[in-house]
Amino acid sequence: MLILTCPCCGVTGEETEFHQGGEAHLKRFGPGSSDDDFHTYMFAKENPKGAHFERWRHNNGCGKWFIAARDTVTLEVYGTYPAQTHEPPQHIRDAITARRPGWTWREFA
Amino acid sequence: MSDAVTALNGARYEGFATIEDQGLTGMITLRGDLASKEVKAAVKSAIGLAVPAQRQALTGDGAAALWMSPDELLLMCPYDKVGDTIAALEQALKGQHFLAVNVSDARCFMRISGRGAREVLAKVCPVDLSPDAFTPGMFRRTRMAQVPAAFWLDEAGAFHLVCFRSVADYAFDLLKASARPGGEVGLYA
Repeated sequence: MLILTCPCCGVTGEETEFHQGGEAHLKRFGPGSSDDDFHTYMFAKENPKGAHFERWRHNNGCGKWFIAARDTVTLEVYGTYPAQTHEPPQHIRDAITARRPGWTWREFA
Repeated sequence: MSDAVTALNGARYEGFATIEDQGLTGMITLRGDLASKEVKAAVKSAIGLAVPAQRQALTGDGAAALWMSPDELLLMCPYDKVGDTIAALEQALKGQHFLAVNVSDARCFMRISGRGAREVLAKVCPVDLSPDAFTPGMFRRTRMAQVPAAFWLDEAGAFHLVCFRSVADYAFDLLKASARPGGEVGLYA
């Protein structure tokens, strides 16, 4: 069970109040992009053993989307931040580094 | 025209807490920039209340202003005053980016009172409802067993709960089961 804090309404709630919405920080390749780019965008997902970034929606609460950084092994939540953020904030990266030195996730480290 | 009725049609249950339908209630969803002076003035002129702070409920005589999300309020007023209230909001917010919609018949409004009220809700919602954590005036949207719901606590210790009309029966039966005598846990006693 994850305990997440919604950065939009400030509620700290358990996992069942939220809904997971897939990988975060994706760059979209839509109409007009190459087949390779579209294929990668559509199907090639991260599946790490360790730190992971996901989009979540507070669907039984304020209804807003946000991003959560969590650990797929320990289920520790490193933090949550607004969906309008293009890369993980420094305090989230520091929290992950403290637990998993040398971590990488896509282009982030 | 046919007479409007609530989904629960005045249902009431007395267990170790009392659950009762609140009857026809005017409810208006207002979306916009809650920090703007225009929205604050519009809410004040329409129902006589201020814009509530994050996750707070403000109540007045037959009216309530409830904080739903960073850009959404639920306003309550008498059922037959909804048209006038929306007209007042639209007049006050002319030229602004906003939305005011009558959702009175799309919601169900209940009251849970009595000494077991906290426990009845705590059994079905993943929320810390201990007297220290959940205090009067707080408003919380959450999950109630299988459906979304929202509630606030008043000074008298009663909870006022809003859920979708389509799940009104489910919500009432759920609270009824939770309040059945013999099911007291005594956590907050």
